[in-house]
Amino acid sequence: MSGTSKPVADWTSGAELIAYQSCRACKHIWYFRRGFCPACGADDVADLKASGEGTVFAISIVTRAATAEARAHVPYAVVLVDAAEGFRMMGHGDRDLRIADRVKARFEKFTDHIVPYFAKV
Amino acid sequence: MSFISGVGLTAYGKHEGRSTLDLMSEAATLALADSGLKRSEIDGVLCGYSTTMPHLMLATVFAEHFGIQPNYAHAIQVGGATGLAMGMLAHELVEAGVTNNVLVVAGENRLTGQARDSAIQTLAQVGHPEFEVPLGPTIPAYYGLVASRYMHEFGITEEQLAAFAVLMRRHACLHPGAQFHDPIMIADVMASRSIATPLKLLDCCPVSDGGAAFIVSREPVNEFGVRVMGCGQAHRHQHVTLAGDVTRYGASDACGRAMAASGVDLGDVDYAAVYDSFTITLAILLEEIGIAKRGEAALMAANGEFEITGRLPLNTHGGLLSYGHCGTGGAMAHVVETHLQMTGRAGVRQVRDASLALLHGDGGILSSHVSMFVERVR
Repeated sequence: MSGTSKPVADWTSGAELIAYQSCRACKHIWYFRRGFCPACGADDVADLKASGEGTVFAISIVTRAATAEARAHVPYAVVLVDAAEGFRMMGHGDRDLRIADRVKARFEKFTDHIVPYFAKV
Repeated sequence: MSFISGVGLTAYGKHEGRSTLDLMSEAATLALADSGLKRSEIDGVLCGYSTTMPHLMLATVFAEHFGIQPNYAHAIQVGGATGLAMGMLAHELVEAGVTNNVLVVAGENRLTGQARDSAIQTLAQVGHPEFEVPLGPTIPAYYGLVASRYMHEFGITEEQLAAFAVLMRRHACLHPGAQFHDPIMIADVMASRSIATPLKLLDCCPVSDGGAAFIVSREPVNEFGVRVMGCGQAHRHQHVTLAGDVTRYGASDACGRAMAASGVDLGDVDYAAVYDSFTITLAILLEEIGIAKRGEAALMAANGEFEITGRLPLNTHGGLLSYGHCGTGGAMAHVVETHLQMTGRAGVRQVRDASLALLHGDGGILSSHVSMFVERVR
């Protein structure tokens, strides 16, 4: 059962990669990692690597950050991106992005870690 | 049957030197006095949480401090929806015969009890710890994301949304307990500094100290006659990343369930108390519930429909946006104001007729929804 195996390394653990999961039983696709399918409950889960391509769903430019470390980066754009593979994720991006822009991710340093950073393609 | 038999509300704003328990106790004392009940008649206690006093057993801590020994007590947590969720639970408890008089109480020195950064950081933790929080979002950023998409879908402008901030401030100016008493105009909202686009400072509720309480009783214990008709909830997601459908965050589901439990229609409602953490929150909730058509809630506000003298008075105390937001107690001020309106005790803010009210709360990022219908029975 994949839920007991070590999760795939991705940007949340410092690797320059966006990972997602899919259910081999019902084909459901999702982003927040877990050891079972949130749609059907099956535990036959595939860990997959995303292309980093997608479309901007929403954007907010943060000018009031909560920590001194984040404050060094303001203003920064937080975006929700609909990934080409069919899941939605949060990332950073260029401040002039607009909803429905087609984007691709690279990785940028933010405070003490890396985050997915989307720019227009 | 259940009745809201008493209400208590402190001023919101700064209560320097006062603790969570101080503010809870003050509100509880006010609600008890309002109901005419004796302390010994309170057999249930429900409370929420306090970010300045995190505790595993806040209800028991409060009961001991306040000096009561209830048959039933615990805390519950559903973010901003906690106040109404407690109201719903109190209603269900007395209907089920578990308790006779439930004290629902909240208080927090959220403004003066911690650094502003600390409050903002704590609140941002409603985001996903691995996939959202490391990106440095704040609550306004989560709502900024929602706002950007919702405004894009329904053609709403920032100027239009500002009408809600102006309206809530106008109401707050008539309430001595409100945190803000300076009148504002659309231009002031537009000129206020950006927090997380498209939300500016005056689109956001403040951080406040304050306390609020109400008592839910099985029988009418006084002349008030404010009856809880029915309630409903919906929980369709926690994180904004998974808030899939901008037309169905859950408010309509919760309200539909509350309507079914109450046997009323939206058209019967003559007073509305709706969660207003941000201007966009009001627009989305009013539109999803069905009080306004898509894209039109802010226009209705600009047309005066939610004024004290309007067709459907809304948050006449000033709401979270201008009365203030002290956490669990934030939306309980909406309950208190509704009660004052229904019992003809709202003074200069008194609306013409508040015989049937809809209350709606949301917690998280439009994540948890609770709706309640309340009627005046005499």
